[in-house]
Amino acid sequence: MMRKIVERSLRQAGIDLEKVVEAANGAEALGALRENKVDLILCDINMPVMDGLEFVRQIGTVANAKGVPIVMITTEGSESHVVQALSAGARGYIRKPFTPDQVKEHVVPVLGKKL
Amino acid sequence: MSVDTSAAVRSHEENWQPVLELAVEEVFEIMLGCRVRPTSKAEHQAGGEFTAMVGLAGALCGVLSVCCDAQTASRLARRMLGDIVESEEQVSDALGEICNMVAGNFKNKLAGMDGRCMLSVPTVISGGEYEFRSLTDGDTLDVCVLFEGAPVAVQLALHG
Repeated sequence: MMRKIVERSLRQAGIDLEKVVEAANGAEALGALRENKVDLILCDINMPVMDGLEFVRQIGTVANAKGVPIVMITTEGSESHVVQALSAGARGYIRKPFTPDQVKEHVVPVLGKKL
Repeated sequence: MSVDTSAAVRSHEENWQPVLELAVEEVFEIMLGCRVRPTSKAEHQAGGEFTAMVGLAGALCGVLSVCCDAQTASRLARRMLGDIVESEEQVSDALGEICNMVAGNFKNKLAGMDGRCMLSVPTVISGGEYEFRSLTDGDTLDVCVLFEGAPVAVQLALHG
């Protein structure tokens, strides 16, 4: 559900999405990244199997994902979570609930020229 | 001298009721584009065909639930995602996500909760013949709002 809402928000923000690869948790996402080359990774913190922080920490093990910007979208709004996410390698942090404008504000700068 | 800082005591001392109300209002307004205001739970009994729950653990311990009838749950999902909502699974996902956002938004508004309270992944029960009871022993905060005229009940049951 949230993945669809984020996808819709990105489209509403005028960001052209050629292909969207979805995963239900961090472990699935690592597998998906081994199979697909992407320009941007959006992920939650609270996920079953492997949470978002662990996923971000392990992302360096996937060759396809090296240098790909990561933006967290999560209900976890504490400073400690933000610090942990950014320390682990995330480039942006969006707190739920969010507006399409907030998604744009955080995603556009990290996408840079790829937009 | 010992100071009781349990969630139930803090909820009394710091009056968390308006904080929960604001958390609910913001989620409905931002994610559903719908302004809601708390209404009397006694006058508007929410149907219990869908109940979403998120557990809170750590400095704040309890269960936050969002409960409504099936038609309202379906309308909430459509408001979030548009007409692509087709299955009961999508409706459950939507209610679970609303519950998750209310819980997160609420705890993020409480002072001193920084990183010390964790949320579970949402669970959603659907059906007609069930009774939902949280085995918490502390305070209960209730917020009932009307979404397109139908009641949606939000409850935070705290461990003492």
